[in-house]
Amino acid sequence: MTTKKSTGLADIMAAKEDIILAEWMREMKDSLRRSDLIKDSDLRSECATFLQVVKEALETVGPDFQSPAWDKVRQMLGDISRNRAKLGFAPAETASFVFSAKKPLFTQIRQKYKNDAEGMASEMWSTTELLDSMGLYTAEIYQKVREEVIRRQQEELLELSTPVVKLWDGVLALPIIGTLDSARTQIVMESLLQAIVQTNSRVAIIDITGVPTVDTVVAQHLLKTVTAARLMGADCIISGVRPQIAQTIVHLGINLLDVTTKATLSAAFAVALQRLGVTFVRETPQQR
Amino acid sequence: MGEFLLVTIQVDMHDRLAMALQDDLTRMIAASEARGVLIDISSLEIVDSFIGRMLANIAGMSRVLDAETVVVGMQPAVAITLVELGLSLSGVRTALNVDAGMELLRSSLNGSKVLYGSHFD
Repeated sequence: MTTKKSTGLADIMAAKEDIILAEWMREMKDSLRRSDLIKDSDLRSECATFLQVVKEALETVGPDFQSPAWDKVRQMLGDISRNRAKLGFAPAETASFVFSAKKPLFTQIRQKYKNDAEGMASEMWSTTELLDSMGLYTAEIYQKVREEVIRRQQEELLELSTPVVKLWDGVLALPIIGTLDSARTQIVMESLLQAIVQTNSRVAIIDITGVPTVDTVVAQHLLKTVTAARLMGADCIISGVRPQIAQTIVHLGINLLDVTTKATLSAAFAVALQRLGVTFVRETPQQR
Repeated sequence: MGEFLLVTIQVDMHDRLAMALQDDLTRMIAASEARGVLIDISSLEIVDSFIGRMLANIAGMSRVLDAETVVVGMQPAVAITLVELGLSLSGVRTALNVDAGMELLRSSLNGSKVLYGSHFD
């Protein structure tokens, strides 16, 4: 059942659609309009359609944003917000899509209720409530989209960054890039142990050149990996220990047990070959 | 195997079976004057702290009888489980498979430097 209050806005939108649309487009000043990201003609048709569905919802149940009759509006707001998030709009720019419609609508309301202060006040209030709900809704959807992107990127990072490389018969290298948290450590351990079995390796060089900080937690994770490898009969060497890391390890009193540590991967490789009893001989050029 | 003993554990061990294994093993080491014991656990898919302790015990007993023990064939999942349980099996030497284990035993019994394989006390 509709009251005079709720049909007010619907009537205005029906009667003054073009003016509202024109003024709304003007309100979205250039900075908000982002003509670099969205064409003016596209924006215009988007706004026109939006006004249309809002008017229909208003005519059906009035300004009850949560009601099922407003599903279409919520759907459209969700789509607009998602698209803008993907296009690279700032969250404020996305929300102002809705908020910049306030001025044109209020102008029309003032005109219609010129001689009716009560009516004007209540119509303005219900309109402002409605637009606020819609604006907040777009902000929420925008937020969800960004969070989804971040989550997906985190998953990709986890997958990409734990290769195990065979350096020589029986020698594996495990370059670690980035921080070593418990989720990562699990993956690192599994990859390393699988590789040890597959390649019949006896030495694994864990290179931490790409690990920014080593604190007690990271050290624990490293030692876990080393212990697991040892249980499978492979010795571990930790390489890529930067001077700052060496200082941190001593300052924190981290006990690396008897794990061999080297500053460079090449030094670690030399040790690994030594342990396997492999030597390289440099050929001297033949004299004729 | 010559002077080595090979033990293959294929079934899930529970208390009495483990005790029986320890008994049999120590008796065999003494009888055969074996210098090395290889315990093959490549069939074990599940290892708990009980088995971990049992392996450590066997290694200790063998050492008292002047035999070296090497555990071989640990599966990756098992290794991870032991590490997560905080069991590092100190005092037990390990190798990837029976061949590697035998190499390890031979080189250590020859008194020569251990070239590879791993152990920790």
